[in-house]
Amino acid sequence: MSGNTDKIAISVKGLSKTFKIPIEEVSGIKSKFLNLFNSGSGYREFTPLNNIEFTINKGDFFGIVGKNGSGKSTLLKIIAGIYTPNKGTVVVNGSLVPFIELGVGFNPELTGKENVYLNGALLGFSHKEVDNMYSDIVEFAELEDFMEERLKNYSSGMQVRLAFSIAIKAKGDILLLDEVLAVGDAAFQQKCFDYFEQLKKEKRTMIIVTHDMAAVKRFCNRALIIRDGHIEAIGKPSEIADLYTEENIERLNKDQSKEVEKSKTDLRLSIQKKRFKPEEELAATISYTPPANIPTFINFSILRNGSVVADYNTKNQLDLHVKSGEVKFKLTQPLNDLNPGTYDIYLSLHGLEDNHLFNQLQKAATFMVQGYDESRDGPLKLDGKWTMLN
Amino acid sequence: MKISNIFSRKNRILLRELVITDFKLRYQGSVLGYLWSLLKPLLLFAIMYVVFIHFLRFGEGREHFAVSLLLGIVLWTFFTEATGQGMQAIVSRGDLIRKINFPKYVIVMSGTISALINLIFNLLVVFVFMLFDGVDFKWTALLFPLNIIELYVFSLAVAFFLSTAYVKYRDISHIWEVLLQGVFYATPILYPLQMVIEYSVVAAKALMLSPIAVILQDARFNVVSQNDTITNSQLIDNTALLLLPHLLVLLVVVVATFYFKKHQKFFAETI
Repeated sequence: MSGNTDKIAISVKGLSKTFKIPIEEVSGIKSKFLNLFNSGSGYREFTPLNNIEFTINKGDFFGIVGKNGSGKSTLLKIIAGIYTPNKGTVVVNGSLVPFIELGVGFNPELTGKENVYLNGALLGFSHKEVDNMYSDIVEFAELEDFMEERLKNYSSGMQVRLAFSIAIKAKGDILLLDEVLAVGDAAFQQKCFDYFEQLKKEKRTMIIVTHDMAAVKRFCNRALIIRDGHIEAIGKPSEIADLYTEENIERLNKDQSKEVEKSKTDLRLSIQKKRFKPEEELAATISYTPPANIPTFINFSILRNGSVVADYNTKNQLDLHVKSGEVKFKLTQPLNDLNPGTYDIYLSLHGLEDNHLFNQLQKAATFMVQGYDESRDGPLKLDGKWTMLN
Repeated sequence: MKISNIFSRKNRILLRELVITDFKLRYQGSVLGYLWSLLKPLLLFAIMYVVFIHFLRFGEGREHFAVSLLLGIVLWTFFTEATGQGMQAIVSRGDLIRKINFPKYVIVMSGTISALINLIFNLLVVFVFMLFDGVDFKWTALLFPLNIIELYVFSLAVAFFLSTAYVKYRDISHIWEVLLQGVFYATPILYPLQMVIEYSVVAAKALMLSPIAVILQDARFNVVSQNDTITNSQLIDNTALLLLPHLLVLLVVVVATFYFKKHQKFFAETI
């Protein structure tokens, strides 16, 4: 393995971390003294990370995703050397510049310039090294005229811009960014994203932690998803991003199903799975108990980001009359006209004669069409034709 | 925390940056700025000088009593400031420690160095008073830096110990405050050691087991007055007992280093 050190940037092996959380806050000698007598019960053990193992190669743009509380932040803090692991090792080859939070150690009473140097020193850069990065940082932050002013006179936008510029212009071998990919106004955000593209091309080693799956798909070449303290998957960013989205869908669907059961007509919808390839068909099973002797119809809509993509109903299509009990039927929907993305299904039950709304399911189900194609966006897969004219 | 790391370039730079920042911020916004570093002790000591000469009669008939007293107070102030700031160092920068990994001892040291800078300014002012009071130069003054170094090392070690304990037990700050008050009166700062000897030699010997008292008396002997300062070596003739206060300093250094080293890894999650 020794030959790999020039290829591997970070290697994490068998990493576990357990926190001892005092059940009753023990921050005084008296309580410590009292706790001596009822020993053992003073702590609750909490293991945010369990047997984590992965490597990041030099030149990787590595994404780490996971729900809140999944253990991402703890993992980052261990990589950054802030926490000490209970078990396992983290080997970092090269200098690591971590940004767990922007503008840590900024002092409002110091000038912008002084803050850059102080922040640099905290990150382990010498005065000379900061000298070399300084003009780059100031230029990127667009704060050339303000560096001699005290930080407290900066607007909050200026402060984050300065902090962010230090973060991404810091000349470390490995850059670690937690939850911040872009700050400031739209123009500055665009600039941040452009700069990431550039970093990616330059093969800088980057680790980003984010909830922004579009960014993961766009920038990362590898990613991992962490769930309840262990690595659920590691591999292609598009797959990892899909897994993450799916996890969130599951959580949403779980919340929805509770409401559904309450309604009188017992309107239900279930789909065979959550993730579809574009060439697959969605099959939904719909069931409900119709109000006595009233003819009804079902309206079905597909939405993306809250706007309707398609909307149709069972009128003149399907006779939903049954003598008694439950109506149950199936709907199949090809998905090849949809672009990759996440869609919601809206379902409603109406009276056939007066359109009266008996029941509705706002988000009856959520599903996802897989894949990522940067040449198209929006819900519908409409292909215009491009033609060169010169 | 290897010894070679302690004075590595990177850590020296960070230490310097923190000390400079601290110094810059201290007189931020005041018209006279850094001048206060000298002006403040000058004015304070002028008041004390008058008070000591005219109201506190402990030192009647003793050589340069006022200057001796002033030096004692200056050294004591350094000890309280260095240990106090050192103790708070880790906790007050908790936010930083939770977000960035950097050598923790640097912030404890930066607190004590700020106090050291203050001490140097104060000593300059004491020097002015010495001239004013007609204190003669003595060759033993060359030993004075050694007294300061020992005092600094002792203060730093105490600061390391306190800062670590303070992360876990916030009671420490109150305990330390009370303890300092006790040690203050148990140290011949306001009163001359001769007064205690006249009362009880055993008590005087007991007082001189404290490193602070020993350093203080030695410093006074070296720079202020050799005739009217009783040092440990004049009081005690047992070599072992003479060494005891210095060994105590060494012991505190060892224990504090070990204690700090053991716990610093967990500061980020305990704070």
